[in-house]
Amino acid sequence: MTNRAPFLFLVTSLIVVGVIAATFRHDNYGIPWLPDTKSRIWQVEARVEFRASGGPSQVHLTLPPVQSGFELVSESAASSGWGFTIDEGNQQRRAHWTQRDVAGNQMLFYKLNLAASEESHQPNPPTHVLPIVNWDEPSRTAARHLIKTVTPITAGPHTLAVQLIQTINRTPADQNVSLLTSNYAPSELLTRVLQTANVHARSVQLLELEDGRRRQSLVEYVQVWDGEQWRLYDPQRGEVVETSHLLLWQTGQPSVLEVEGGSQSRVSFSMISQTRSSLLLAQEQAGDLALSLYNLPIAEQSMFQLIMLLPVGALVVVLMRVLIGVRTSGTFMPVLIALAFLQTDLLPGLSSFIIVVAIGLFIRSYLSALNLLLVARIATLVLLVIAIISLFSIISYRLGLIQGLTITFFPMIILAWTIERMSIIWEEEGPKEVLIQGGGSLFVAILAFLLMDLAVVRHLAFNFPELHLLILAMILLAGRYTGYRLLELKRFEALRK
Amino acid sequence: MSWIGPLKLKAIGVLGMNRRNVAYIARYNDRRNYPMVDNKLTTKLISTEAGIAVPDLIAVVRTQHEIEQVHDIISELDEFVAKPAQGSGGRGILVVVGKNEDGYLKANGETVGLEYVKRHLTNTISGLHSLGGRNDVAFLEELVKVDEYFAQYSFEGVPDIRLIVFKGFPVMGMLRLATKASDGKANLHQGAIGVGLDLASGKAIRAIQYERLVTHHPDTGKLLSEIQIPGWASLLHLATQCYEVTGLGYLGCDIVIDRTKGPLILELNARPGLSIQIANNTGLLPRLTHLEEMDTAKMVVEDRVNYAIDQFHHFAVPVTEDILEPALDPAEQQPTQETA
Repeated sequence: MTNRAPFLFLVTSLIVVGVIAATFRHDNYGIPWLPDTKSRIWQVEARVEFRASGGPSQVHLTLPPVQSGFELVSESAASSGWGFTIDEGNQQRRAHWTQRDVAGNQMLFYKLNLAASEESHQPNPPTHVLPIVNWDEPSRTAARHLIKTVTPITAGPHTLAVQLIQTINRTPADQNVSLLTSNYAPSELLTRVLQTANVHARSVQLLELEDGRRRQSLVEYVQVWDGEQWRLYDPQRGEVVETSHLLLWQTGQPSVLEVEGGSQSRVSFSMISQTRSSLLLAQEQAGDLALSLYNLPIAEQSMFQLIMLLPVGALVVVLMRVLIGVRTSGTFMPVLIALAFLQTDLLPGLSSFIIVVAIGLFIRSYLSALNLLLVARIATLVLLVIAIISLFSIISYRLGLIQGLTITFFPMIILAWTIERMSIIWEEEGPKEVLIQGGGSLFVAILAFLLMDLAVVRHLAFNFPELHLLILAMILLAGRYTGYRLLELKRFEALRK
Repeated sequence: MSWIGPLKLKAIGVLGMNRRNVAYIARYNDRRNYPMVDNKLTTKLISTEAGIAVPDLIAVVRTQHEIEQVHDIISELDEFVAKPAQGSGGRGILVVVGKNEDGYLKANGETVGLEYVKRHLTNTISGLHSLGGRNDVAFLEELVKVDEYFAQYSFEGVPDIRLIVFKGFPVMGMLRLATKASDGKANLHQGAIGVGLDLASGKAIRAIQYERLVTHHPDTGKLLSEIQIPGWASLLHLATQCYEVTGLGYLGCDIVIDRTKGPLILELNARPGLSIQIANNTGLLPRLTHLEEMDTAKMVVEDRVNYAIDQFHHFAVPVTEDILEPALDPAEQQPTQETA
């Protein structure tokens, strides 16, 4: 090797810089090397977007009330040029942004850090008397009738609510129910019927917490006061007992977002779950100029959590190719599949991937009889993949398999190319080669997935971006590796004789 | 299923895939020169220009319009081969061996009409037979008539001889015989037989199929160890010249032997495979490193062929004078008469 010395120097300095930077971060900011799973923190970000029409503008956003299961750690708002206050109010906290003269597209952020807590709060009993529910005529009779049929078989608010939900969602629906459901949304209907039956009920807006979700909206549930506490009901399924992933955002009437002096307003939510110590870092560095991924909005942070895992997958691909000699179809296709597995989970992802590719290969064999040009063929396959995926989702949803829906996480173009490549290999080198390369790709993908799914790896990749210099060094070293591949020891076996 | 230890492999001097890619292909093959060998038509044109023997080019078909005129060209021919310039793994090669009143006779005995030939050419230029389906060019060349000697060994198809040429020195050779499993193609992946050849004499060393040892051809039943390539030195000579033409330091030359014209370059390869080492029962590395340490700048084709014969022979027995003779003659540019 002629230029060995500079190469080794480069690799060594990458490693040294990476280790020193990581150690510095560890020592100065106290980020632990290992993930601390005990104190989970949810970072929730609400993003308000609207078009200001010029002139004064103000925005009200409801904030989650004090509740059992969550403890408010900190909150902040990011919105340059806007005045920001929080109205504590008597029942409902609200964020309040104001600006005197504003026009054009606006984006306001409200960030909230919540810790999961064991502590429970004394619930606020219903304060005012029941409102009088106004029904239009045919609905009034239908609602009365519904209450009359359900009440005799119930004993108290809880059972009444459960029975009502069952009756409303029963198929085929009876006439009264179909009349009501055609006029009212499920949670509104349930609340109204319960209130008509003299039960304290209210619709509430909840945020479903799931790590790494972006652009979510609130879901509407119903709460019923049973004399001691507010119980939560999904208007389509029944009582919800497990609430650790449900953050109560709003109770009662006023809408979540109110914008004056603007139009096309919408609010969406992003969230990630973090460890408490990394949160400390986030707070420490928020003001710093230090390069940290925590400076990004949460929606982008959760995207970077995935992006930062890509090099790990790339390393797996390189090592499997160079050290073992696994043949894959498409060099980095396995990483993209592994990335999709991260969102679908291994088994549902693996089975749906195999099913889609198998169906695709089957139909592609007909396409090759048509002698299409390459671009047209791939484009046809993209449409085909979309058709298969839609059908797959509908069928699995009908069968009640929610996992089937996660198929959409697979990048369609990658699926189409995979099918195209596999079918070319099939034609040129036979089905055995398809099994070897397809199996090789899946093997590498699963391996990359297992590695990227490790809590330690995720923690290190996101909290210590400088460790990627080590990965880079390893990839560079592997690129200059001239030794034998493991499978070559098998290939050249005949040379023993 | 058994394995061979890495130390043993290293002791034999086997070149592995990683080392081939990093230390030989990347270092000795300039990427600019790849198109010369990846396109068979270009290879043919530059070889002809340099005076290297190749099967004669009859016609080039680039557009649909030219296909319509193909009748005028082939009406006067009794036999020809149609090939895609960038075909992969022997796909898209149409071999016409004769003509009768119904049409053209294919190598497998089938008779096809003119329309069939035209459709084949249309498919070829639209990229059906090319790697990745890119648009391509078709060309017609004269049919190579298999030497009697090889006809008895190969199942259909034309056997070819792969020579690895490093820095212009032939370093290892292998005869490839088509089998029923390989569908008449001389492609080792598809089940063709590889027969390792002594670099000094062209004598068979041993034979492999699917990277495992075999002694007889599975379809023709012939004993493979008796093979000795006729006119071996002229083959070495031909392959060695390819270095000057392509400028590729690590090159695989595929040579066929025509009954009347002798050895012809069929194809060149910038990434030749490694199975040749199994067929030769030895590694490439000692020969490659030996040449790497040598100053070869002033050596001409004849010097390099003689040096290779001298250095890289497999059998201890000294080779006879009459085999060496053609290569020793510097005036011998197109050694065709030895092949008979």
